[in-house]
Order: sequence, then structure tokens, then C-alpha cells
Amino acid sequence: MSWLVVGPFAIILAFPFYWMLMTSLKTNGDLYDISHNPFVFNAALAAPNEDQPLRGQGWLPFGIENITTRNYSFLFTEPGIHYVDWIKNTLVVGGIVVLITLALSIPAGYALARLSGGWGQSAGIGIFLVYLVPPTLLFLPLSRVVAELGFQDRLISLILVYPSFTVPFSTWLLMGFFKTIPPELEDAALVDGASRLKALTRIVFPISLPGILTVVIFSFSLCVNEFIYAVTFISTSDARTISTGVPLELIRGDVYFWQSLMAATLIPAIPLALLYNVFLDRFIAGFTGGAFR
Amino acid sequence: MAAVAEARSKGGWRNTFEQRRFLAPLLISPAVLYIVLLVGAPLGLAVYLSLTDATAGSLSGEFVGLHNYADVWHSENFRKAFRNTIFFTLVSQAIVLVGAAILAHRLVKPFRGRWFLRFLVVLPWAAPVALGTIGWLWIFESTLSVANWTLVHLQTGVLGHLGLHLIDPLDPPQWLGRPNLAMASLIMVHAWRILPFATVIFIAGLASIPAEVDDAAKVDGATGIKKLWYVTLPLQLPIALVALLFGIVFTATDITVVYILTNGGPFNQTQMLPMWAFQTGIRSSSLGEGAAISLYLLPILVVVSIAMLWFARRAEVT
Repeated sequence: MSWLVVGPFAIILAFPFYWMLMTSLKTNGDLYDISHNPFVFNAALAAPNEDQPLRGQGWLPFGIENITTRNYSFLFTEPGIHYVDWIKNTLVVGGIVVLITLALSIPAGYALARLSGGWGQSAGIGIFLVYLVPPTLLFLPLSRVVAELGFQDRLISLILVYPSFTVPFSTWLLMGFFKTIPPELEDAALVDGASRLKALTRIVFPISLPGILTVVIFSFSLCVNEFIYAVTFISTSDARTISTGVPLELIRGDVYFWQSLMAATLIPAIPLALLYNVFLDRFIAGFTGGAFR
Repeated sequence: MAAVAEARSKGGWRNTFEQRRFLAPLLISPAVLYIVLLVGAPLGLAVYLSLTDATAGSLSGEFVGLHNYADVWHSENFRKAFRNTIFFTLVSQAIVLVGAAILAHRLVKPFRGRWFLRFLVVLPWAAPVALGTIGWLWIFESTLSVANWTLVHLQTGVLGHLGLHLIDPLDPPQWLGRPNLAMASLIMVHAWRILPFATVIFIAGLASIPAEVDDAAKVDGATGIKKLWYVTLPLQLPIALVALLFGIVFTATDITVVYILTNGGPFNQTQMLPMWAFQTGIRSSSLGEGAAISLYLLPILVVVSIAMLWFARRAEVT
């Protein structure tokens, strides 16, 4: 019964990803022949550079023998396609932003959860509301500031701006996690003569490590998702991140590299999706454990 | 606790440092400072720019008062964008609410293969928005659209025999090329990407209802619709409102989906406020006007946020 209800939704929600996988493995000859059934891989004249590693394995269903790996290798070997740079840039920006985020939001989240009294909750909701201030309102003035500082086309512009949405979000989540740790644990350590800093590093942080990891995953993915700042601040091809590089550089005027576009999408999406699912339950706990309890 | 407090009041500088009224602000202030600098200041700057005739290339311009707001308000494209943004947000969020309620109701209970189904359901949320949207761009492509291929073949195969002829195989729907279809496509893609998030939040809301409540409802004879209306819905309301608040804000202010799918076209018929602000402020370099356009969103967001939080609080108390 649950399958009957959830199944159709799951098919619609996941279909684009199934479709990306199909498309990313097709040869040009197969893809652009409108008489072909798009749900299978059809035999077609392959270009010399379209490697077909499964050629001759006719026993495979759905014409899988006709797939090509060319669209993936295109991303990594084609001159002028900076896909590797985009991945590298995304990792650099995401990594540094996550570090800044942790440095700012762990103390703030802890203080909001524990140390402050009545106004703690109001401040918590305040931070939550800041997260709702959208980049749409800020990208125009920030684009000018970035230009004045000479940060255009440089990753530093994104690294400085992204914590403006990851910090409120992470503080909110961490506040939720810290609230679930009984204060008696720290009080016991304090009575035993430990300083508060020691109580924090020895007792609170180890217990909240899963929560901190959740914050790492989700703020990293917020950075990967970000689009409008990256479009406005960066205009050189090799300085782009993955979210802007793929749609803006793999579509050239009227020329769409469809198969490679799909391949370029799947490569970051699959690891992110797996991480999301592993950390989803903790995310829920932190998100709802904030000021609404 | 008294002992702790006493121990703290004695001793020198270090204990002063550890007092709550010093420590709490000390821990919070770096985060607050960063946010004030990178959210507060730009927001102020946006308001300032919207009151000037600044263009790209400079940070200041002649003060023109509310001229930009008035100018923008009288533009046909702005009005279109304004109406579209509201329509698109309301319709896609209505779809999301209904879908998430159905999905969460099922996914909260354990059954075989739940993890797998949840994985599929969460996929659109996990993949970067810009990239997922490219997948839809391909699905809606004008000549090679898989949506049209499927519709045409369903028609010749099954529906045709039933006398249903919905589309012309020689002139299939141009999903992104006709104003109404393009709008429907945008709504669908947005519902697609917000639905997983709302479902996850709804599951959290349902899961937090204690088992005793269920038992008590059973003892009092509340079942089915009655239980849903008097027990489950009120308890789930606060968390559902939070999910809705997020959904509204993310949808109304989103630029990624519209940028990639239609760019506001055809002929500005699917223009949205964020997209129009981008085109005016960045592409046409009218910084002041662009800022004014995006700031029209602010009162809507403030009102929605306050209303939602107020309802969430109230619902929690009663």
C-alpha cells in the first residue's frame, strides 16, 4: 500500500536523474535520430572518438552494448572545457566556507542554546530570520562592493560572501543539537574544576560530533547549490564553480552538449545524494530541535 | 548549582571571563558581526541604491527619492513579473503542501523498501538546483523532448483507441516556448525541487507526535478523518507552517530555475521579480532600478515571515 502511494511520486521525482543517466551514455547518432526510441540505446554510426567499451556484447538488454563513455571523457579531456577546474573551485570554496562557518557558528550556536537566558530564544529566531533574507535582495549591492574591492572573477568573492547564508543556517542547526545535550554533563565537569573551555572541548564537542558533521555536509551543499552570486561575481570560464560552469559553459549559444551536460550533472549529484541520505535523520533532529521546541 | 555559582564568583580574571553575561556575548558576537557586515550592510546599501540613479560602474548616484520605485511600478514587465511571482509561488506551494502531506503520512511508518523510496524522493533536493534544472531543460527540449515522445506514443498506442487526441504529433507542445506551458513548466520544476524538503520536514513533524497521543486518541474513540482533523493536524501545524514559510521564501526569491529554463521568456511572459531585477540591474546596468525591483519583495517576505511565526507559536501554545 505504501509502495502504491509513494511509488508514483518517487518515479516522478527521480525520473530526471534516470533520464540524465540514459542521455549521458548515448552516442550523437543515437540521440539526434528522432525515429529512435529514447528509452533504449540504439545502434547508430558512432564517431571515431565515441568509445564504445561494450560493443559486441549483444546479450545485454536495452541495447546497452551501444553506450559510449565519450561524454564523460569529454568533460575531462576536451580543451577549453574547464570541468576539472569547476570541481576544484567548488571544493576550495566549499571547504574554506565550511571552516569559516564552523568557527563562527559553533560558539554562537552553543551560546544561544545554553548560556543566554530569555533573550536567547529571540536571538535564535532572529538568526533564523536572517537565513530567510534571500541573495536576491543582496546580489546587486554586493556585486558593486566586490567590484570596488577588485575581487571580481576571483574565488575570494564567493568565499567571503557564502558564510552570510551558511552561518545563520548552521547556527540554527547547531543550537538545536546543543539543546539536546543535558547541561548537567557540563555542570558536573565544572564542579570538578574544569574550565568552561575544557568542558566544551572534552565533553560537549565529542557528543555533538554527529551534529557538527551534519552541519558540514549541509553547509557544503548550500555552497555547491549557490547560483546567483556565482553568476554575478565570476565571469571567466576557469574561475567558475560547478553550478554556474555547467549551465553557462556547456551551453554555447545554440549548441547544447546535451550528453555531457547530463554527465556533468550526475557526477556531483550522486555523492551529494548519498551523503544527504546518510545525514538526513540528524538534519531533521537539528532543524526541528531549534527554537520551536 | 549554587556551588557552581559560588565557585565562579571567586577568583580572578579567568572566572570573570567565564561568567555568563560576558561569555555569551563573546561567543555570539563574531557570528553576529559577520552577518551584520554581509547581510545587514548590503541590505542597507540596496535601499540606498534604490533611492539613487546609480548605474553599474559606480557605487553612488544622484539621489532621486522614490523615483525608481514609481518608474518600475509603471513598467509593464514589472507588473507581469510581480503577478507571475505571486501566482507561481502560490500554485507551486499548494502542490508541494498536498504532495508532502501524502508522502510524509506514508514515509513516517516503517515498511519494506522505505529507505530506497526515501532515497528517490529526496534526490531532487540533494542535487544542485542549477544542475537538476538542466535535466528538465532537456526533458522539455523542443524537438527531442522525452515528454513529447512519450505523449505521442501513448496517444497512438493506448489513448488513441479510447478516442483521446490530446496533442498533434506533427506539432507537439513547445513546453518552454508558449507562455502558459512555460509557466506550468516552471511551477512543476519548482514543486519538484521543494517537495522533498517539505516532505522531510513533515516527516519530522509527524514523528515528533508522542505515541501516548495516539493511544489517548484511540481510547477517546477518535479514528480516521476525525483523528486527522482534531489530533494529527493541530499537532503538526507549527512544523508544517515552518516548511511552508521556507517554501514560499525560496520559491518567491528563486532565480536559478527561471534563469536556466526560460530566462523570463518567451517575450517576458514568465518574468519573475528576481529575474527582472537581474536583467535590469546587471544586464542593463541600471543598479538603482534593479535594487528597487528586488526590494519590492521585502515587505512580502517580512509579512509572510511574521505571520507564519506568529501562527506557529500560537498553534504551539493551544
